[in-house]
Amino acid sequence: MAVIEVKNLSKRYGDTVAVRDVSFTVESGEIFGILGPNGAGKTTTVECIAGLRTPDSGTIAVLGRDPRDRALRTEVGVQLQESELQEKLTVREALELYSAFYPDPADWRELAGDLGLDEKLNTHFGKLSGGQKQRLSIALALIGNPRIAILDELTTGLDPKARRDTWELIAGVRDRGVTLLLVTHFMEEAERLCDRIAVIDHGEVVALNTPAGLVEQTATQDQTIRFRPSAPIADVLLTGLPEVSRVSRQGDRIEVTGTGNLLHAVTSVLAVNGIVAVELRLEQATLDDAFVRLTGRATEEHSS
Amino acid sequence: MNVFVKLVATEFRTAFREPVYLFFAALFPVVLIAILGAVPSFREPSAELGGLRVVDVYAGIVIALSVAMIGLQGMPTVLANYREKGILRRLATTPVRPVALLGAQLVFSAVTVVFSSVLVFAVAGIAYGVPLPESPIAFLLAVILAVSGVFAVGLLIAALAPSGKAANAIGLILFFPLMFLAGLYAPREVMPQIIQNIADYTPLAAGERLMHEAMTGHWPNLLSVTVLLGYLLVFGAAAARLFRWE
Repeated sequence: MAVIEVKNLSKRYGDTVAVRDVSFTVESGEIFGILGPNGAGKTTTVECIAGLRTPDSGTIAVLGRDPRDRALRTEVGVQLQESELQEKLTVREALELYSAFYPDPADWRELAGDLGLDEKLNTHFGKLSGGQKQRLSIALALIGNPRIAILDELTTGLDPKARRDTWELIAGVRDRGVTLLLVTHFMEEAERLCDRIAVIDHGEVVALNTPAGLVEQTATQDQTIRFRPSAPIADVLLTGLPEVSRVSRQGDRIEVTGTGNLLHAVTSVLAVNGIVAVELRLEQATLDDAFVRLTGRATEEHSS
Repeated sequence: MNVFVKLVATEFRTAFREPVYLFFAALFPVVLIAILGAVPSFREPSAELGGLRVVDVYAGIVIALSVAMIGLQGMPTVLANYREKGILRRLATTPVRPVALLGAQLVFSAVTVVFSSVLVFAVAGIAYGVPLPESPIAFLLAVILAVSGVFAVGLLIAALAPSGKAANAIGLILFFPLMFLAGLYAPREVMPQIIQNIADYTPLAAGERLMHEAMTGHWPNLLSVTVLLGYLLVFGAAAARLFRWE
């Protein structure tokens, strides 16, 4: 069942087209990622879905309703970029206040614990670190026990440990049946968490697939296997395989390039000949490669 | 507890953690009247003031001061900050409308004005024998009208200011001339007639005039009431139309 349906969404600011003809659907219970370089239109897209912006054209249905329908506010939790709280409000007060907004809130103490905020309950918002603010922001998005959570740049500003903890939390939230819409520019995050990803560039969806599907779809480059055979092997055994396009040697190492199920084909031949592949390395196209190929740009992590 | 009550309580809680603002908003008027009353000549009846003492006249003026500091500076700055920091925007994603936070800040501001006024009369009454207004209802009405007119101007500042700092600056620019016309630096009674006539059309002076008249038992004059309701309607409507939530 689709919980979010976006059809031909377009939005411009003055002369700048932020989003052009974007369409996708998010299924119930999945983690759907929107991936794209900075300024690609990701945030505009989710802000339209969150009902904060009115599209110029196209339609959006969230749980079958118009995103601006205020009744959706109890069903959809949103974490926005650069949204602060009152400087002098403590973490506890913020959590208590926001949980009072909802008819059936989550237990804020548990949420604070899950997000590693229980040590900071009496700290003013203004005194929190960037990562702590971010975690509080995630907590506030989840505090209403939403059916859908929209999280914009979920782990930006978090250190690697906190990032991994947050991923675990998000996976746990999904396991409770919450549908998640994530905006991210972190490949690893998209690869780890998302069931499906829409890649947006220059305001348009340039690809929509599972993370593995995206890699496959764009993998024009061959895979490469490197290994040291435990016994000499003739090249012809390998070049005879339909998957293999090239075999080269560097010292006692063999490098096999090819497509399809290359690893299986090569290891099968080796096994038949009683040869073991020592120090086997498989180099595959990654989501990162797919992203660069789709958008023609390096991702944030690599460019910065 | 009702959500709006919680929002109001939050406004108070956070304000109590800003001692500088709280001092100027709630305590400065009473401190000022205490200082003025300590000057012996200000406790002598003055012919220029129609037999009233300076300290009597200043009771209304320092309340106007409280209205101005909160309505023109404090409240617009807080609201512009809420927008600048994305607090209003975050609220827009919850079942609570951002306008509720604006309302909570207005309630906080109005309550602070009332608290400050009560404190002024308590201290000035006990220390310097400043009498309570002869028409307490007319005085209350005067305070309500002054708050309405001045806060409407403040809301327009909050609507237009791009940031909290900008709101504070605009408020400050308006504060001095409006406060001057309302008699903070010298009571209106000693000003030239032409200045008094101009002052009648500004919100703070109109409010102060109503308070002053209520002190001596007069009911609100039509001109000042019309002027303040005019500010409320015109500036209030403009603020409602132009207020940006993000």
